[in-house]
Amino acid sequence: MIENLIKKDMLINVGPQHPSTHGVLRLIMTLEGEIIRDTKPVIGYLHRGKEKLAESRSYTQYLPMVDRVDYLSSFFYQAAYCYAVEEIAGLKVPKRAEYIRLITMEFNRIASHLLWLGSFLLDLGATSPLFYVFREREEIVTLFEELTGQRMMYNFYTFGGVKKDFPDGWIAKALDLCKKMPALFDEYEAIITKNPIFLERTKDIGVMTPKLGIDYGITGPNIRASGVDLDLRKSSPYSVYGELDVKPCLAQSGDSYDRYIVRIAEMRESIRLIEEAIEKIPGGIPERLRVKKVNCGCNQDECQHCGFDMQLVGKKVNPIVFKPPVGEATSMIESPRGITLCYIVSNGTNKPYRVKWRTPSFSSVQVLPELVKDKNYSDLMPIFGSLDVVLPEVDR
Amino acid sequence: MFDLSFTLNDIFAFIWPVIPFIGVAALLVFVVIFLVLMERKVLAWLTIRKGPNRVGPGGWLQTFADAIKLLFKEDIMSSETNKILFTLAPIVVFAPVMVIYGLMPFTEHLVAINLAVGLFLVFALSSLTTVGIVLAGWSSNNKYSLLGGMRSAAQAISYEIPLVIAVLSIAVLAGSLNMIDIVKAQGGGIFTWNMWPAFIGFIVLFICCIAEVNRIPFDLPEAESELVSGYNTEYSGMKFALFFLAEYAAMFIISVLIVTLFLGGYTSPLGFYLTQIPALIHIEQAFWLVAKVYTIIFTIIWIRATLPRLRADQLMAFSWKFLLPMALGNLVIVSVIKFLGQL
Repeated sequence: MIENLIKKDMLINVGPQHPSTHGVLRLIMTLEGEIIRDTKPVIGYLHRGKEKLAESRSYTQYLPMVDRVDYLSSFFYQAAYCYAVEEIAGLKVPKRAEYIRLITMEFNRIASHLLWLGSFLLDLGATSPLFYVFREREEIVTLFEELTGQRMMYNFYTFGGVKKDFPDGWIAKALDLCKKMPALFDEYEAIITKNPIFLERTKDIGVMTPKLGIDYGITGPNIRASGVDLDLRKSSPYSVYGELDVKPCLAQSGDSYDRYIVRIAEMRESIRLIEEAIEKIPGGIPERLRVKKVNCGCNQDECQHCGFDMQLVGKKVNPIVFKPPVGEATSMIESPRGITLCYIVSNGTNKPYRVKWRTPSFSSVQVLPELVKDKNYSDLMPIFGSLDVVLPEVDR
Repeated sequence: MFDLSFTLNDIFAFIWPVIPFIGVAALLVFVVIFLVLMERKVLAWLTIRKGPNRVGPGGWLQTFADAIKLLFKEDIMSSETNKILFTLAPIVVFAPVMVIYGLMPFTEHLVAINLAVGLFLVFALSSLTTVGIVLAGWSSNNKYSLLGGMRSAAQAISYEIPLVIAVLSIAVLAGSLNMIDIVKAQGGGIFTWNMWPAFIGFIVLFICCIAEVNRIPFDLPEAESELVSGYNTEYSGMKFALFFLAEYAAMFIISVLIVTLFLGGYTSPLGFYLTQIPALIHIEQAFWLVAKVYTIIFTIIWIRATLPRLRADQLMAFSWKFLLPMALGNLVIVSVIKFLGQL
C-alpha cells in the first residue's frame, strides 16, 4: 500500500478504444503526474493480412483490395500497385490515362488532407471545423462518385490505364470546385491559423528535427514541415508530374503548427496542379474528343485524336490469363501521408509471388514516442494528430 | 382514534415551506431540458447541420426522449469502485447547484431565499461542486477519471480567486451582498449597469464563469480527446444524468449570476417598465432576465463552436498571470470610482 502511494509513475493505457487514437492504436504510456515519460505504441488491431492475401489471388483480383489499405487515399494505393505491375509486365500507359490518374490523385490528396484537418482540430477540442471540412470533402467525393461509381473504394485504375473517361460535364464541375476551394481554405485559415489558443497548443510542440525525421524514415508533409525538400512528385516524377510545375511546400521548424501549415499549402498546391493538368490533358474535354475520334477514325498511333496517348488503356489485359514475366518491380509514389512503396515479385504465374507495402504512417507511429517524451499528456493529441496517422495503413 | 380533522390552514402551513423547493426543482429541470435542446440546435446551426429534428415538432421533444432513455438505462458500476463515494459524487455535484437556484433573484419578488449575504453563499456553494467532481474522479478507480478530477480541482482553485475578486468589485459598487440590493442599484437603465465602471471585471468574470462550468476552451476535466470523458467516464444511467443536469443547470445559473451582477439583473435596460400594472411588471422583469440570460448563454455556445481547448498548464498560467492581476486592477479602479462618487 505504502509503495503504491509513493510510486510516482502511473501506467496508462490509451486505446485501442479511445476517442482520439484515430482508429485502433494502443499506446502504453508511463506518466509522472501529467508528464509523459515513456510511450510504447502497440499496433496490429486492424491487421487484415493485405500482403499475404495477394499471394492467393490473381493480379486483377487483388486490385480492388488495395483500396482498403488506406481508405482515405484509395487512388494512391491503386496507383502504386498498378505502376509496379505495369513495370513487371511492361505495359505502357497512355498519357491521357496518366493525366486522369493525376487529377483524381490530387483531388484525393485534398480530400485526405481535409479530413485530417477536421480530425486534428477535433483532437484539439474544436468541434466545428470537422463539419466544415466534410462539406468540402463531400463535393470532392461526389465528383469521384460520378466518375467511378464509388465514394470511398474507387477501384478505378487498371493495369495500363484507367477504367473510364471523365463523364460529360465532369471537367467543368471540377474546375468550378477548384475555383471555389481557395476561398474556403481562406475561411479555415481565418478561424484557425491565427487563433491564439491554436498557436499556443501547436507552436514549438512536437518538434521533429530533420535528422530525427530522416532516421525514422518519415516522409511526406511531416518531413517537409521540418525543412527537408523531399517530394517525389518533384525529385523523381512518376506519372506525368514531370510535365507539370510542382512546387514542394516546405516549412522550417517541424512543429505541429508547421505540419498544419504545410498541409494547408499542399491543398492549395493540389488545386493549382489540377487546374494545370486539366489545361494540359491530351485530347481535352471528353465530349469533344469523342466527336473528333468519330470524325477522324484513322486509328494510327501518332494521331492526335485517336492515337495511343488519347486512349484510356494502353493494352487491355485478360484478368484470367494475365501472367507477368518472372521479375520484380518497385514503385514509389507520394501519397498524402508520405512515400508509399509497392514491391512485387512475380514468378511467372497469374498470382504475385510476394507483395510488400511500405506505408508512411508506420514510420509516423514509430517516431511518436520520441516526439512526446517529457511532454505534457495534453500535448499527446496535438502531436499525434498532426502526424496524420491512418491506422489501417499501419497494420495493412 | 387519530384526529383526522385537519383544517385547510394546517395543510397549507405544512406544505408552504416545500413549495419554493418544488418550484426550484421544476424550474431547474425545465431550464436544463430547454438548454440542452438550445445548445444542440445552436451548435448545429453554427456547424451547417440541422440538429435534432425527428422527435416531436422540429425536434422539440428530443431532450425528453434522451432523459427517458437515461432514466431507463442500466446503472453500471464496475467492481473496483468505491461504491459509497461513487454514488455520493453525483449528489454532491447536483445539490449545491439546486440550492443556488433558490438564491437567484428571477424577479423582484421571485427569489426563494433572500439572504443578506446571498452573493457570498452563492460562491461558497458553487465551490462545493468541485468536491463532488474530485470524488467522482477518485472513486471511479479509473485513471482517466482520476486525471479529470485532479484537473478539475486545480482549475477550480485557480479560477475561483479572480472570480471572487471580480465579484468583490460589485460588492464595493453596490455596498451590499444582497442580490436584490445589487440589482436595485442598477435599476436606472442600461447606463447604470455595473458593466460600465467594472468593465474589466465583467470580462474577467465571464471568462472565469466559463472555466467554472468546464466548457470549451476550459473543458479540461472532461477533455474528450485526451481523457475520454474525464471524471464521468465510468458513470451511466441516472448518475450520469445528474452530472449532466448539474452541468447545464450550472451553465444557466452562472449566466443568471453574470446578468444579476453586471447587466442589471431583472430590471429593464430602458430605465422604465413598458407595463405599469404591478402584476405585469413581474412578467416583464422575468422577460428581461431571460432575454439577457439567453444572450449570455448563446455567447457561451458560440465560443464553444469556435475555440479549441487550452492545455492544463496554459490554463493555470492564464489564470494566475493574466486574470488575477486584471481582477485586482479592476477592484482598484472600481474602488476609486466609488470613492470619487461619494465625495
